[in-house]
Amino acid sequence: MSTSDPEHNRERDSEATFGDYGGQYVPEALMPALQELEDAYERYVLENEDGFMDEFRERMRDFGGRPTPLQRADRLSERYDREIYLKREDLVHGGAHKLNNALGQVLLAKYMGKERIIAETGAGQHGTATAMAAAHLDMPCEIYMGRTDVNRQRPNVYRMRMNGAEVNPVEAGSGTLKEAINETFRDWATTVETTHYVIGSVVGPHPFPKLVRDFQAVIGREAREQIREKAGHLPDSVVACAGGGSNTMGTFHEFVSDEDVDLYAVEAGGSSLEIDAEEGLAPNSATLSTGTDGVLHGAMTKLLQSEEGQIMESHSVSAGLDYAGVGPELSYLAETGRVTPVSVDDEAALNGFHRLSRLEGIIPALESSHALGYLEESHDELGDLVVVNVSGRGDKDLETVLEETEKRDLEAAPDVEVFDG
Amino acid sequence: MTDDSNAAPESTIETAIRENDPALITYITAGDPSLEDTKRYVEALDRGGADLIELGLPFSEPVAEGATIQAAINRALDAGTTPEGFFELVDDLETEAPLLVMTYYNMILQYGSEPDVRPFVERAAEAGLSGIIVPDLPAEEADPLREACDDHGLDLVFIVAPTTEGERLETIMSQVSGFAYVQARLGTTGARADVSTATHESLERLSEYDVPKAVGFGVSEGDHAAEIIEAGADGVIVGSALIDIVADSDDPEADLEAKAEELKRGAVRGAESLTVDAEDTPEPEQP
Ligand SMILES: Cc1ncc(COP(=O)(O)O)c(C=O)c1O
Repeated sequence: MSTSDPEHNRERDSEATFGDYGGQYVPEALMPALQELEDAYERYVLENEDGFMDEFRERMRDFGGRPTPLQRADRLSERYDREIYLKREDLVHGGAHKLNNALGQVLLAKYMGKERIIAETGAGQHGTATAMAAAHLDMPCEIYMGRTDVNRQRPNVYRMRMNGAEVNPVEAGSGTLKEAINETFRDWATTVETTHYVIGSVVGPHPFPKLVRDFQAVIGREAREQIREKAGHLPDSVVACAGGGSNTMGTFHEFVSDEDVDLYAVEAGGSSLEIDAEEGLAPNSATLSTGTDGVLHGAMTKLLQSEEGQIMESHSVSAGLDYAGVGPELSYLAETGRVTPVSVDDEAALNGFHRLSRLEGIIPALESSHALGYLEESHDELGDLVVVNVSGRGDKDLETVLEETEKRDLEAAPDVEVFDG
Repeated sequence: MTDDSNAAPESTIETAIRENDPALITYITAGDPSLEDTKRYVEALDRGGADLIELGLPFSEPVAEGATIQAAINRALDAGTTPEGFFELVDDLETEAPLLVMTYYNMILQYGSEPDVRPFVERAAEAGLSGIIVPDLPAEEADPLREACDDHGLDLVFIVAPTTEGERLETIMSQVSGFAYVQARLGTTGARADVSTATHESLERLSEYDVPKAVGFGVSEGDHAAEIIEAGADGVIVGSALIDIVADSDDPEADLEAKAEELKRGAVRGAESLTVDAEDTPEPEQP
């Protein structure tokens, strides 16, 4: 009864999915735009038509500050008695890896003849990166941000506005990332003919997970070359934090076929890995570690959800990891065993934050602090040579860190009570 | 061009639309503000002349919905509406109009113990539902659900958007089951003050396909219904305007029944003016 020929379907499936994960679960109105984007992805990104990738790389160098260094962390290496190298994505313009993707997609939108940019943001890092990229490339830009996040990430709201972006607070639900994504999809369903949605991580319907991964893959490509230059061989393991998973896939992608390199995706363990089914709350964002298969925001992937299929409210001290879903390719790589999902809780992440600040003179983002927290907890299994992605810098997190540190007795923290003196 | 492969037994939904042309299709969210209320509201719509009734099974992330239906879904979830409660409501309902469920794909997948569409479809068939509409399931991803629906005699209704053209339109129209849900405009659901030009353009594009077409997204008044039927639709779909009544009225049952009557009258008026036009003009300009 179906007219579709199975051969064609299989071909399409293998492109749109990673094993059973991925796909295009979106309203019909968006399907033509996704097809247009697939086409643009193939031509400009994969085939470098019109020199797109050349222009992207040049702009990431001159505007974005690439390549970023791979730095030996001397005191961490000493502390853990192994070689620890940091990939310094905190040094990308804007202070996080987010610009790699944002600039790539805004430029792609330009090549596609789109007139307007929209994006969601949680912590505000993707929003600020998109606003910067849109200003740089002279495109009008609107950012959707949950009301709670607007209130707790004021500095980022100001940065977006300084760059000329409009920031639209989203009042629905808990007012965080999930609601912001919903609202951006709604805008896109209305304006799809003229507007490109710059999704902020390796999530969403095909081709976004691949497109975002390919723009972020520069992290691992550089790191792989740099570590061979500095250490003479490939690392035993690569560690990155995972929210949606864009810095994660960006760091891992180039290493996936190096089977001797272990890949660790560090998720936010929040305050506990237990869920409160009654309240629909997960006090963590450890989707790969604890989630179950389902469909959210256009893709089949691992989710924090109730047995009935309602999406849970997630939690993490780090707003950028606070999401109930995760990229479908990471779900696939975790399912097949290529990537090892692990988690560290809020406290270990805060300790990781303080430790890097004190020992190495680098204030990391709270998101990245999860990867650093994992070093402390489990360095023995990581081997002799370890690359850790520092996905962003922590200036945006200082207030949260002071607040959260005061509440706790943290082993690595300075006495923050005297900071105001 | 048109699809002759629908030699399968005539669907309940298609029959309901063809026999009641111009048909009125109504949507409300189940559990808003409670399942008991929903039962009475559905009965009121049935009395008021609804020919097909869509019931929303609430999902926490309704990306295709505008503010009105989002709020209804939140009220239903706050009231503790579950899929099982929903099916029990449907078990209890005895309406003249066939019932459809409208929900998001994850709700269908999670109904059984493993992610799988079959348990949901089986339970839907057992409860007496005639069809399913899934706003986040484009034709490309629909094979598993369509097969399960075929096995249980349910229609899987597809949406045709203003952006649906060319090959995709052909594919979707060849798979129409029940009726083609014609999305009147880009964007989300929500009552609007006018009938969009996109509606006319879409109906024009679809005129060569011999399948029932019903138009939704933004329809709120009898006059809209008249205009849409006049433009060539076989039915109108109304949701947000009814949710407004559920949310605001002092007597939702009476007002829902009256609203259904108004909409149905409008639709009939539209159909009548078509026949009058046809009589006035001996040689109608048919494309
Ligand atoms: C510095 C930093 N790292 C990581 C993340 C998490 O995103 P992803 O998992 O997509 O890399 C964010 C998100 O805001 C971030 O700002």
